Amino acid sequence: MGINRRGFFKVLGITGAALTVGRELKAAPNGNSDIEFRGVLYDSARCKGCRGCEYDCAEANGLPLPEPGQKIPMVRNTSEVKRTVVNEYKTSKGTVFIKKQCMHCNEPACVAACLTQAMHKTTIGPVIWRGDKCMGCRYCMVSCPFDIPKFEFHSANPKIEKCDMCFNRLKTGEMPACAANCPNDALFYGTRRQLIKEARKRIVENPTLYVDSLYGEHEAGGTCWLYLSPVSFKELGIKTDIQKASYPALTKGFLYSVPSVFVLFPALLLGIHQATKKDKPTTEEE
Amino acid sequence: MSEKHPITIDNDGKSLWKFLISELKPKGKWLTPFNIISIPIILLGLVLIVIRFWKGIGAITNLTQEVPWGLWIGFDVVTGVAFAGGAYVLTFMVYILNMKKYHSIVRVTVLNGFLAYVFYAGALLLDLGRPWNVINPIIGNNFGVNSVLFLVAWHFLLYMIAQLIEFSPAIAEWLGTRHIHKILSGMTVGAVIFGITLSTLHQSGLGALYLMAKEKIHPLWYSEFIPIMFFVSSIFAGLSMVIFEGSISDKVFFWQISEKNHKAQGGIICGLAKICAGTMFAYFFLQVLVFIHGRHWDLLNTPMGYWYLLEMLGFVFLPMALFYYSYRRNSILLIRIAAIITMLGIILNRLNVTVIGFRWDAAIRYVPSWMELVVTLTVIFTEIWIFRWVINRMPVLRDSPSWTKENKN
Repeated sequence: MGINRRGFFKVLGITGAALTVGRELKAAPNGNSDIEFRGVLYDSARCKGCRGCEYDCAEANGLPLPEPGQKIPMVRNTSEVKRTVVNEYKTSKGTVFIKKQCMHCNEPACVAACLTQAMHKTTIGPVIWRGDKCMGCRYCMVSCPFDIPKFEFHSANPKIEKCDMCFNRLKTGEMPACAANCPNDALFYGTRRQLIKEARKRIVENPTLYVDSLYGEHEAGGTCWLYLSPVSFKELGIKTDIQKASYPALTKGFLYSVPSVFVLFPALLLGIHQATKKDKPTTEEE
Repeated sequence: MSEKHPITIDNDGKSLWKFLISELKPKGKWLTPFNIISIPIILLGLVLIVIRFWKGIGAITNLTQEVPWGLWIGFDVVTGVAFAGGAYVLTFMVYILNMKKYHSIVRVTVLNGFLAYVFYAGALLLDLGRPWNVINPIIGNNFGVNSVLFLVAWHFLLYMIAQLIEFSPAIAEWLGTRHIHKILSGMTVGAVIFGITLSTLHQSGLGALYLMAKEKIHPLWYSEFIPIMFFVSSIFAGLSMVIFEGSISDKVFFWQISEKNHKAQGGIICGLAKICAGTMFAYFFLQVLVFIHGRHWDLLNTPMGYWYLLEMLGFVFLPMALFYYSYRRNSILLIRIAAIITMLGIILNRLNVTVIGFRWDAAIRYVPSWMELVVTLTVIFTEIWIFRWVINRMPVLRDSPSWTKENKN
């Protein structure tokens, strides 16, 4: 009996360990460095705040059109019906407009958080949401450092709303709706490499206009959307406390400890159990 | 004791059905104070749950886009699971370390843990926006393997199965199925080992869920050591719950507890108090280390800093000292008071990480609505109802029927 049970535990332990090792080794964030992500360079020095991108975005994604009016009333946030907003800030260099949407991180926290692969980093850059997989746990919202995914709290069949960089348009070779229609050339679409080159060029050619900083180059481990600005990003209400390393790296240590615990603990516990029990094998004592 | 029990013979299918139907009927008085309070709340809670699935989560909760997880996750799941930690600690003591002294309270603790997981994981379903997709991470090819939540979800599921196996001999004794009882009893140690491993990982995993919310949690509560803190605190959270629950069961179900076990209670509680004092010291020490390394001295002199000090001194250090003092004095009453303060401290700590300190700087603060509170109470009361139902029928607190002893040979 004792030997049988021991054999059973061995098999159980080995199977369990194999299962977890097999599962958890895949848990590392994919090394995406070789892939050419597409992205958009937003130049807030060129943006005139016409909010054309808000209209184009709403139209392209079947969302309610934004309330008309040339004047931007106050600082607005993206929401479950607005994937992008343009806000106006009074800064040290006068009025500056700033567009807000998903940054499409290279290593997105929301994708690492998603337990159903509903949030998905496509190979060409956009981070998309897939409704058929999502169970609505909102862990992506908890994890996103930019607070981008929005949830339809007042729906019985709620969706997560966020910019998907018009993934369907990209697949057919088109640009994102906002970038395609910007009348002021403030949105420049291309591969991330091209965007960084272009941004550097603009800063070098016009050093008095821009601050020498490219938001998104290193923030959160790098993002596909990059921002140029004539004033410091803090003045534009952009989060500057974002860490430079990728966010999924924060849980890496914990996830890597899982296979070790799964191998070591059962062996240790079984050992203690064998050591402390009396000679006569009993399981349900007394 | 076992003679009271209606069925101790092997059942054939028919009599088993009759037996089950008769057992479904309520036993005892209806108009107890607990029923009078809990029934209206449960009914109201059920109405609110219908509204939630009909009109959406926002219809009854105050959740915002910035604070997407509120009371239902922060209290029901994160705090509830910490309190359910007593099961893995006690099974470790009894089945792995062979501490026979604590054997009489293992079953009730495992039952408590199992029901806690079933109901708090059930509460999780209420919080899911698209609950019909809940099977996606379990079957199919939608494994988000790099998610901490994936790990936690799987561990919840597996641990519930492990706990059910640990508890199953009591069900077999209730049904009087001797042969099955023998098989199930033989699986106990395996389930215990598996269960302790799972518990270690998901108790800490609940903390690891918040690791990516680095800038959103107040720096006094965020550190890369949240998982270790959650694990260590689950030990004394679970044991305090065992002490608390034991003192209530002792009064409510006194007629079920044998003379021998009743007398052993004091020794058990003192032993648990020692373990609580020890682990709380380790926890307090870890917290001090994390605080010093975090270099947040300046934050102490802010409202959140006072709140932090209250938690650390009033709800960790004080009950720790009280546990130490009371087991030296052999005072059961003081131990029970210490256990209650400890539990309040755990609620405070978990809510500080998940709700109070989460987006503490947000323009619109999340405060749970009364409806969220009612649903939470509904979950807790329903769990107590099921707990009472099981205690009154299965040999959990009372001794096992005499045939289980013969079964061993």
